[in-house]
Amino acid sequence: MGINWEFVITALPLYEKAAWLTLKLALWGILSSLVIGLLCSIVLYYKTKGLAPLVRGYIELSRNTPLLIQLFFLYYGLTKLGIVLSEQTCAIVGLAFLGGSYMAEAFRGGVESVSKSQIESGLSIGLSNLQLIRYVILPQAFSVTLPSLGANCIFLLKETSIVGAIAIPDLMHVTQDLIGMYYQTFEALLMLVIAYLILLLPVSFFLTWLERKVRYAEFGN
Amino acid sequence: MLNSGISVLTEGSNLLRLMGGLLITARIALIAIILGSLLGIIVGLVRTSKSRVLRFICRFYLELFRIIPILVWLFFVYFGVPGIFDIHLEGELVAVIVFSLWGAAEMGDIVRGALESLPKHQIESGKALGLNFWQLYRFVLLPQATRRMLPGAINLSTRMVKTTSLVVMIGVIDVVKVGQQIIERSILKEPTSSFWIYGFIFILYFIICYPLSKLSKKLEAKWES
Repeated sequence: MGINWEFVITALPLYEKAAWLTLKLALWGILSSLVIGLLCSIVLYYKTKGLAPLVRGYIELSRNTPLLIQLFFLYYGLTKLGIVLSEQTCAIVGLAFLGGSYMAEAFRGGVESVSKSQIESGLSIGLSNLQLIRYVILPQAFSVTLPSLGANCIFLLKETSIVGAIAIPDLMHVTQDLIGMYYQTFEALLMLVIAYLILLLPVSFFLTWLERKVRYAEFGN
Repeated sequence: MLNSGISVLTEGSNLLRLMGGLLITARIALIAIILGSLLGIIVGLVRTSKSRVLRFICRFYLELFRIIPILVWLFFVYFGVPGIFDIHLEGELVAVIVFSLWGAAEMGDIVRGALESLPKHQIESGKALGLNFWQLYRFVLLPQATRRMLPGAINLSTRMVKTTSLVVMIGVIDVVKVGQQIIERSILKEPTSSFWIYGFIFILYFIICYPLSKLSKKLEAKWES
């Protein structure tokens, strides 16, 4: 089967624009979910009264529902209550809502891996809670947390493929449009797959490399 | 205004239709989980085999599904494959194919992890007793590995159930599509219907997935101690 190169070249700028948009949304989503995850894991760690059950409820709710439904609810459901968000804000809020719980679990896993004696020693030399987190827990938890944080980043970048469903001109949306308008199905799909490979492969390789470095720093092998 | 909107759920046969849509979603998930698990055991066995080429092929297969989003796979098979091979594929069949293949890849990794975590003397003792390959796996390795892979397998099932929500994008009349139809019909009468319908579907998914992930966590905690 021949590839219509003319079509590929005319469609290329569309894909480039869409890829940048996908990347931008994913980046904001990842950053905000990191913040949410960190806050949630701190609340869970100190078992803050009132907040901890709330955070636990949020984590269960976000982990056990699909992103598509979360987005539809945010985009179509909440507008009817007067909460109107733009498509892109909606996508970022959705990604942050989903990713926050995954990041929180990753941080929790890391914090739990720091042995009790470390924390007790820190406390006994008079470190404040903040100092304890900054100088004792975070540096040690980091290398344990990093692989799951990386996996979450890839997960969120992949989940970004869903935002086309709420009228954002991302890669999926552009592909669907091109198939509908020009019937160049094969070319459009091929470019879609290649675009995602370009986005995801470097991240995947970088994370594998980073993980090796961190493990070397920790265990020396 | 909000209170009146909730009636859209119970109006006419709406609730029944939503449940009908949920049944389609559940059917896709169930078939894919069963097929994926069966294929996944084979993939897992191959990934612990001695052949480097076979191992590489299976690893490559897993990475393909890990790197490329499932929605892209659904699009590729739904829009692309019929054009290439000149056949007609129903959306539901496409969903079952893609989810089964994805499940097999991920399940294969779980099976591999479980098999590799078994102590080596299990294999050696089995061989010393004169068990052949099938007997070794059937009576010694798989029963022990099942325990270790169950939490992961249940987790994977939860993920697959959640991901079935995507089938609406390839034209399957699932619970989301039925919800959209109901909203479109009642939007003039009940402006808040989208809030209630999507909220309801949100809770439906939660009701299905929450017990599964709780079970997986419980099993994990039980077998770790």
